[in-house]
Amino acid sequence: MTAQAVVDYLAAQQRLEPELPAPDLPWLVELRDGGVERLRVAGFPSLRDEDWRYTNVQSLLKKPFEMGSIGQCDVDAAFVSRTAIPSLECHRVVVVNGIPIPHLSDATLVPDGIRVSSLADLLVSDPGRLEPYLGKNLVPDPHGFTAMNSAFLGNGLVVEIAPGQVFDKPLEIIFVASAATESTMAQPRNLVVAGKGSRLQVLARYVAIGAQETLTNVVTEVIVDADAHLTLYQLQEESKNSFHIGGLFAKLRRGSRFDAFAITLAGGLVRNDLRVDLDGAGAEVNLRGLYLARGRQHIDNHTQIFHNEPGCISHEHYKGVLDDRARAVFHGRIVVQPDAQKTVSEQSNQNLLLSRDAEIDTKPQLEIYADDVKCAHGATVGQLDKEALFYLRSRGIAEETAKRLLIKAFANDVLLAVSPDSLRDHLLTRVEMMLAD
Amino acid sequence: MSSATAEISALVDREYKEGFITDIESDTLPPGLDEQVVRAISAKKNEPPFMLEWRLEAFRRWQAMVEPSWAHVDYPPIDFQAISYYSAPRSPEDAPKSLDEVDPKLLETYEKLGIPLQEQKALAGVAVDAVFDSVSVATTFKANLAEAGVIFCPFSEAVRDHPDLVKQYLGAVVPQGDNYYAALNSAVFSDGSFVYVPKGVRCPMELSTYFRINAMNTGQFERTLIVADEGSYVSYLEGCTAPMRDENQLHAAVVELVAMEGAQIKYSTVQNWYPGDAEGRGGIYNFVTKRGACRGKRAKISWTQVETGSAITWKYPSVLLEGDESIGEFYSVALTNNRQQADTGTKMVHIGSNTSSTIISKGISAGRGQNTYRGLVKIIKGAEGARNYSQCDSLLMGDQCGAHTYPYLEVKNPTAIVEHEATTTKIGEDQLFYCRQRGLSEEDAISMIVNGFCKEVFRELPMEFAVEAQKLLGISLEGAVG
Repeated sequence: MTAQAVVDYLAAQQRLEPELPAPDLPWLVELRDGGVERLRVAGFPSLRDEDWRYTNVQSLLKKPFEMGSIGQCDVDAAFVSRTAIPSLECHRVVVVNGIPIPHLSDATLVPDGIRVSSLADLLVSDPGRLEPYLGKNLVPDPHGFTAMNSAFLGNGLVVEIAPGQVFDKPLEIIFVASAATESTMAQPRNLVVAGKGSRLQVLARYVAIGAQETLTNVVTEVIVDADAHLTLYQLQEESKNSFHIGGLFAKLRRGSRFDAFAITLAGGLVRNDLRVDLDGAGAEVNLRGLYLARGRQHIDNHTQIFHNEPGCISHEHYKGVLDDRARAVFHGRIVVQPDAQKTVSEQSNQNLLLSRDAEIDTKPQLEIYADDVKCAHGATVGQLDKEALFYLRSRGIAEETAKRLLIKAFANDVLLAVSPDSLRDHLLTRVEMMLAD
Repeated sequence: MSSATAEISALVDREYKEGFITDIESDTLPPGLDEQVVRAISAKKNEPPFMLEWRLEAFRRWQAMVEPSWAHVDYPPIDFQAISYYSAPRSPEDAPKSLDEVDPKLLETYEKLGIPLQEQKALAGVAVDAVFDSVSVATTFKANLAEAGVIFCPFSEAVRDHPDLVKQYLGAVVPQGDNYYAALNSAVFSDGSFVYVPKGVRCPMELSTYFRINAMNTGQFERTLIVADEGSYVSYLEGCTAPMRDENQLHAAVVELVAMEGAQIKYSTVQNWYPGDAEGRGGIYNFVTKRGACRGKRAKISWTQVETGSAITWKYPSVLLEGDESIGEFYSVALTNNRQQADTGTKMVHIGSNTSSTIISKGISAGRGQNTYRGLVKIIKGAEGARNYSQCDSLLMGDQCGAHTYPYLEVKNPTAIVEHEATTTKIGEDQLFYCRQRGLSEEDAISMIVNGFCKEVFRELPMEFAVEAQKLLGISLEGAVG
């Protein structure tokens, strides 16, 4: 199965290659060829790979996904306003099947200091701006899906924040998976470069239109330059027929700060790979995650934090609630390299199991090669506290309501760190809606 | 300590060379492993046919397996065809004639541990002609056990005298094809211990391999099987705090424990095999499979280990909690100094209802040591009301060592409560300063802090073992700081 999928996707890549933007740019060709080669050699991951032992992608590989286009795009202004978060003031960009759609975006309204471009356009018009960054954050031997994204590298979104620019209004990017026909796939490649001392909040939302099966295989590379502060919310709101493989690779320079939220409220099979390299002294990363899963959803969060330089701080806090036959995987790896003295690192993963058939596999890992460090991690799996439930019931609160209250409080822990308020309220409402049905 | 270990190394090397001279003796098989070797081992031990069949089955499985590479350890490939799989106890002529011929540094270590002279001789491998004290101790010991109905004998004796028990339980917990090294052990195991505690019997004393004098020198492929029948209790001590002299580099032991309804097994290990010199040359590879099964209701298995030796330790004492309300415990102190590598931890598999497990793991890394905790807590779907608590703490000493934690938590039942926490720190300057200010030398202060760090594990050890373990930790850490 896996071998056949590799052959099929490599053939599709070959057919598509001549149409990809900037087909003669040497460094770009090298990047794409590297992806092809890696996919050919490594293939797609299977349960035999240690990093994929709890996540089976056979169901995904069985389906022949075709690269989506915007030919018969059914995304219009009405859809965008329906999807928009109420009362959230932001700059908005819409990307359909990996292709930025200018007429649905208000990119012109984006203030000076933030440049939002289509990757395809930039590869043709000014590739020099991309060369220092594109593909540089990836690990040397990425898994098959990341390799495939590099092989198909053609479009996506580029966000550049000029040095010293500070913005209060978030930038909202809506990635729409739209399958006009059966089994459509999108492979956007995004790049966010936060210049020295800049500050911005980016909200990346993944939504689906229609109930067809879609595959989103997205790779996002993030560079946070010295003393910059970037916040990235990743919101998974696709449908239960969506397959989502997301790779986020961030490099942090001296004194910078990166806050990343991974909030998964939908999606049939979701796998998020997140790797953060703390490459400058005094950098700080805060990762927060929330996953609510039900039905037969499968959510896999795979995070890696590398402390490569001294004096860096990392906090990681993931929480999950699993109902029905849902299954979640958490893998959190923290590596402290030999020279990364004075590291402070803290990680926790907490899970609530609500049903007999739900399952959680959690694997927090610490790998420490320096001695002057303070590291801790913790993981818990449990159910709703019977005493807390009894307390609420003894005060006349119905059992169902009491349970919802407790779950909401559990999830709230992660959401409290979200700002602005309108975004937090939206997420809280979504969580409540999920608990209500 | 580094110079001491280097000299111990010299001693071990010398022994090794001499070991080859005995090749001409008919009791040593030439290096290499094939079906004939397995048959020869079985024949030499006069084993019944079922045992040979069992070994051959294991050998066939081993041939089809590949060496595991997932552990966080690094060593050159092992040539399994260069190992001799059977050698009778060394002839007395090769051994040192008296303690004067033994490396003084080794003796110094014994002295620090407070080991009596006669025992020092036994440990250093000095040929002793006269029957010394502990033999008579052992005789009384055996009489007491026989009175209680406890069977405690070398494995090969059990195969001859209690074939039904062996047939029933051998491989019941660790099957032949369980993993690469367990399969190898099943095919070629040399000897080991067999313990059977009958129904309702509380074993009158701690059983220790130390007293099993007639089965010395079985270290390389040791096989231990302990069966505690309904309502019985047994405490078993393995190993010894003094550095053991051994010329085999690869050790692949298997330990199986079976606890029936209401039975309790307490298994304590102090492992202090030769760790190699300061540069990591030589040293024992300790690849061990240890697993216990709580077969009946309210059965309890408790593993306690203090691991300070071996160049590479690869060991995961596990408990299968099959009976309802059964309990599994794992208490571990693992210390790596110089270039030692340890990848150790436990597996707790919750199968019955209302089972509980506790994991306390303390890792200490010094020098260039790499210390890894790797554990699995698995709650299967039908395991109602399971409870687990795990705590894995690491202490770092020196800026070139490493401490790693890889816990796996797999939960398929919502009534389970599983908690894992881990911390990694170094000895605080303030803690050291406080102790120094009160007149403790730096070394004593460190030893005190380290012993405090390990207290939760030491208190699980039988008393005299705990005292020795504390001393051992101090000695193993000498020169690690300062």
